[in-house]
Parts: sequence; C-alpha cells; structure tokens
Amino acid sequence: MSGDWPLWEVFVRAKGGLAHRHVGSVHAPDAELALAHARDTYTRRMEGVSLWVVPSAQIVASDPDQAGELFEPAESKIYRHPTFYDIPDEVKHI
Amino acid sequence: MASLPPIDVPPDATGAGAFDARVVGDKEPAHLDYLLRLGDDALVLGQRLGEWCGHGPALEVDISLANLALDMVGQATLLLNEAGDGDKLAFHRDVLDYKNCLLVEQPNGDFAQTIARHLLYSTWQHMLLQRLTQSSDKFLSEFAYKAVKEVAYHRELAAEWTIRLGDGTAESARRMAEGLDWCWRFVPELFEVDETLQAVVDCSIAPDPRQFEAEYRSAIGAVLAEARLEQPADQRPILGGRRGHHSEHLGHLLAVMQYLPRTYPDATW
Repeated sequence: MSGDWPLWEVFVRAKGGLAHRHVGSVHAPDAELALAHARDTYTRRMEGVSLWVVPSAQIVASDPDQAGELFEPAESKIYRHPTFYDIPDEVKHI
Repeated sequence: MASLPPIDVPPDATGAGAFDARVVGDKEPAHLDYLLRLGDDALVLGQRLGEWCGHGPALEVDISLANLALDMVGQATLLLNEAGDGDKLAFHRDVLDYKNCLLVEQPNGDFAQTIARHLLYSTWQHMLLQRLTQSSDKFLSEFAYKAVKEVAYHRELAAEWTIRLGDGTAESARRMAEGLDWCWRFVPELFEVDETLQAVVDCSIAPDPRQFEAEYRSAIGAVLAEARLEQPADQRPILGGRRGHHSEHLGHLLAVMQYLPRTYPDATW
C-alpha cells in the first residue's frame, strides 16, 4: 500500500527560534496525511513545535559526481571560516 | 508442546488468581460506575487498536494506530486508577464486570472497519470531553482538559481516512461502507441514559450525551457527505455494554489481554 504513495521529506522545528531541520521521510497519499504521518512518526516524543512536509520529488539535489568541483575548492580556503575571532559566550546557535 | 518458562512467584501468593477486583474509595456507586465506563471504553479500544501493531497496511499507518492505542491506554490508566487499583481493574476483572460500550469491543475487521469504529467513537468522545471539562468532579474536569486535545486529533485523523477511503477506489468505498454498516447499530448506546448515568448527570459530574446527539449526527453526516458515502440505514440498536452484557468479542479480547495474570497469578517482575 505505502509503495503506491509518494514520498515526503519531513522537517521539524524543535523549538521556537530554531530552523526547521530535516529528520527523515514518510509515505503518504497526500499532503494532509503526510503531515499526520510525520506527526505520528517524528514528533511522538515531543521533538517539535512545527512541521513541514515537502514532496521528495520536488527536492533538487546536487550530483554526487560533481562533488569534486562543487565542494573540494572550499577545503583549502580556511580564511572563509569565522574562526579568527572569539564568539561571546552569550551567543547561542552558531 | 513447549512448556511455560519458570517464573518467580512470591512465597505468600495464594495462587487463587481472583478475578473480582472491585472499585474502591469513598465515591458514590454511580460515580465509580461512570469512571469505569469511561475507563473501560479507553482500555478496550486501546487494546483493539494495539492489535494492529505490526499488521498495519503501511508502516506509517502502523505507527499512527499504535499512537492512538497508546493514547487510549494512557487515558484508561488515569481513569481506572481514579476508580481503584488500575492494574487490578484491568487484569483481574471478568467480562461481566466490564462497563465499556459495545462499539469499542467490536473486532478490527479490515482497516476501513477500524476507521469506521474510530470515527464513530472518537467523534462522540471528543464532544463528551469538551463538556466534561466542566465536570463538578475535579479529577474528571482535569482529565478531560488533557485528553480532549489528543482525542481531537483522533477524530480528525479518523475523518480524514474516512474521506479518503470513501472517496477513493471502488474497493475502498465498499469496504468503508461495510465498516460503517457493521458499527452503526452500536451508536444509539452512546446516547443511552440509564439510571446510573442520570445520577451522575444530576450532580453535574457527567454531561447528558443527548445534549449533543444532534450535533454528533450532523458532524458524522458531514464527514460521510465529503466521503461520498451514504449514511447507513438505522438498524435495531444493540444495548447493554454499560450493564456488562457484552458481545462474544470482548471475552476473546480479555483472554488475550489478561493471559499473563491468569496464567501466572501474582507474578511480579
């Protein structure tokens, strides 16, 4: 039965102020039931305060074969990392 | 045949395995009976839904049904512990002492029949709990305030599935109609007011279900209309669950649920 249903990617906001985070996927016949399945599967232990579901088919992914040209050039550019100054203790979630 | 594994039994165990656990406390008999009615509804429906665990039509649905089951067992725990020793009442009571309505003990059937049962029960339960928040019994009003949110979700989920199955394929529509047809004759019992219920209504412990019967019929009618399903024809109502007169199905359910305490009286672990 679930094999006939489209796949949906699930994003959960753990608490107010945080971004939605990808947690997994569910099968569901439509958007409302995708939300219900996401709620039942991923928030049953108080993991979140908000849910997004997105049809997996709508996700545009980068090509793993292109990983070299896309990501490796960044490896040698440590000056792009914000590691050359101290972050005050009061600043969270960075 | 494999023998049963050994299990520790306390030295003072009687081994009698009494199955006549009673409610206790200083409440009026009608008040205790009302707690049992609500508690047994939740326990029996929770056990029924739990039977789906590992057998759901899809993994996601399996988890959904298990969540509903756990909600119901959680409600049963609160209600039966208010009426007495919740464990004893659940596992040491015979079928004639159970006060649940007949609807909740009906077999799961296929997924559509389970959804039909849940739609008819949780819509009623939701309307009841909304009013029970005003109960003169502080425990019941606090219980209702907590449970009404989870039951609102039950009602919504059952309605969504009813609409999808009813307005789905020819087969899903047929199964949904058959499930509703099976459960329909047990609806009048939900609105029956006997002496016991009247007694707790009179002291504002319980709402009178007849107050929301019209609202219930219209809410179910709206879901069925959206699901493109005919309302089942009214049948001869079957009553008696509240007085302990149950269908044969409840005995089988309890035989499974109470297997452990019946086989190993007084076992602890």
